[in-house]
Amino acid sequence: MRFKHTLVAAVAIMAVAGQAYGQEISIKIGVMNDRSGLYADLTGEGSAVAARMAMEDFDTAGKGWNVEIVSADHQNKPDVASTIARQWYDEENVDVIVDVPTSSAALAVNQITREKDKVFLVSGAASSDLTGAQCSPNTVHWTYDTWALANGTGTAMVASGGKTWFFLTADYAFGHALERDTSAAVTAAGGEVLGAVRTPFPGQDFSSFLLQAQASGANVIGLANAGGDTINSIKQASEFGITQAGQKLGGLLVFITDVHALGLETAQGLVLTESFYWDRNDESRAWSKRFAENHNGNMPTMIQAGVYSSLLHYFKAIEAIGNTDAQAVVAKMKELPTSDELFGEGEIRADGRKLHDMYLFEVKKPDESKGPWDYYKLVNEIPAAQAFRPLADGGCELVK
Amino acid sequence: MFELLGIPPQALFGQLLLGLINGSFYAILSLGLAVIFGLLNIINFTHGAQYMMGAFVAWMLLNYIGIGYWWALILAPVAVAITGIVIERTLLQRLYHLDHLYGLLLTFGLALIIQGLFRNYYGSSGLPYTIPPVLAGGFNLGFMFLPTYRGWVVVASILVCFATWFVIEKTRLGAYLRAATENPEMVNAFGINVPRLVTLTYGFGVGLAAFAGVLAAPIYSVNPNMGADIIIVVFAVVVIGGMGSILGAIVTGFGLGLVEGLTKVFYPEASATVIFIIMAIVLLIKPAGLFGRTA
Repeated sequence: MRFKHTLVAAVAIMAVAGQAYGQEISIKIGVMNDRSGLYADLTGEGSAVAARMAMEDFDTAGKGWNVEIVSADHQNKPDVASTIARQWYDEENVDVIVDVPTSSAALAVNQITREKDKVFLVSGAASSDLTGAQCSPNTVHWTYDTWALANGTGTAMVASGGKTWFFLTADYAFGHALERDTSAAVTAAGGEVLGAVRTPFPGQDFSSFLLQAQASGANVIGLANAGGDTINSIKQASEFGITQAGQKLGGLLVFITDVHALGLETAQGLVLTESFYWDRNDESRAWSKRFAENHNGNMPTMIQAGVYSSLLHYFKAIEAIGNTDAQAVVAKMKELPTSDELFGEGEIRADGRKLHDMYLFEVKKPDESKGPWDYYKLVNEIPAAQAFRPLADGGCELVK
Repeated sequence: MFELLGIPPQALFGQLLLGLINGSFYAILSLGLAVIFGLLNIINFTHGAQYMMGAFVAWMLLNYIGIGYWWALILAPVAVAITGIVIERTLLQRLYHLDHLYGLLLTFGLALIIQGLFRNYYGSSGLPYTIPPVLAGGFNLGFMFLPTYRGWVVVASILVCFATWFVIEKTRLGAYLRAATENPEMVNAFGINVPRLVTLTYGFGVGLAAFAGVLAAPIYSVNPNMGADIIIVVFAVVVIGGMGSILGAIVTGFGLGLVEGLTKVFYPEASATVIFIIMAIVLLIKPAGLFGRTA
């Protein structure tokens, strides 16, 4: 007992001493995502691995910073996400929450982060509302968003002849935002939307909805869903002869882990939009190889790459201002140009939107692939200036 | 062309057929649960995990030792049944004289552990398992394209359900089983090894779950959560049919598949909840379930 008291006293003295210097930077990072459900492979532990890599590559330890990473499973439920966020901010002194897939959960964390004046670096969630109607001075939306996906895949498919569309939409914030943004892109490109069916989230059997989409006679069945939902929709569309009969699938959000799970036989020919692919250049290959060594040989998704890249930039901003004051750090992040090996050169706009090039890929045929994870061929590069929603169109209150 | 409730009849037939296919899975799974509950009095929450294990064993047989679908249809249920028997011998057996809740907690905990282990090794996106060549392709029925494989699922599950019902309700072995649930001491006194009978029954129920898992492998992605998603619905099916009723499990399994199929056409957003609404109504009007006997 006496020993314990001595220890507590010693720790207290050290803590006070640390404060007295005032220069020591201490950061607690909360990686919140799906660690057990349908998005666990594309975010999950891989995002925590990416966060640790950012810490090591920035050499926070060498700079004398005290950085700690915690992680939690929000089970894709907004209520669970809110509870964790409050606990992290109120009781565990977390400074920044990163990742957070599932737009409904991310929108909840976005609100709480603003209320508690902390920092939120979104990589996993897609809803463009995070930098639109619900934008916040505490939030940066890094990797991609529904507008960019719609603009990439939607526009490209209309241009290649897919004039009429029918949507299979995951029935929550993300699906609704993706359907809305894609409908706008399709209409703007001269196409027409014939209808949509809202599917319960998450789902297993999509055959009924696929038959409704088939009956609509649309050229393209737009899949406004993600992860396991997308995998099952694509698999079942092929089973029911829908793709063979000439209708095309518009996989609006397809990750490399989804293609890995589907196999090239089923996934071949899909056109998709991503901001990162491991095999794009020497830098991305080198980084991804290191990532895979830390993550059971799995290649990173763009979301996991985004967690790494957004944290690096966060560290740079803290280094520049010398403290962790939330709004000051985010302001600095917006002021500094972004630059890293994975997303190249870019910037963060006033509304919190990170800008970088996006890429339109096509999934390879089985005989074109050299082995596992060799899945994409580049169709088109979408320059940063055209890849994201124009600043004035988002309706963000931070934009004057 | 005339329309029925605003939907062309062809589309309606298609959706009903799809409902029947989903109902096949509900029927086999709820049948296994009903057999286990009826004879062991255990609410087997591990059932979903065992369904998932069936699919995974089929995948492993194909990818690790090159054994195809047809053998997997027999081998996977046997392999999973053996793990079930081990669980029954070492754990469940100690709980028979305790309240239902203990069995429920144990099997629920086991389900979480099994799912966690599989997730750890195989990730959550799932693994591809292709349809066997003989059953690939499909028929054009005029009102819809029916994949041969889905047709096979309906036929296989009706056969298995009928065989199970027949064995339990119409044969001597079934009579022993039913007698053993009514009065185990008496049946034991007649020289029948009741504990062994119970162990094998649990193994059989688990085997049914694994069989459904192999059937599901080519349709859904083989993933660690596939059981967790379906098991809640299947429990609702068992409650609606009447806990422990064999016929009830089969009939409600197919019936609710149809109801769910129709909901997907008329009000898709509610298709995940409709079964639970029916469950609530049935519990209010007939608490023992549609086919259950009031104790």
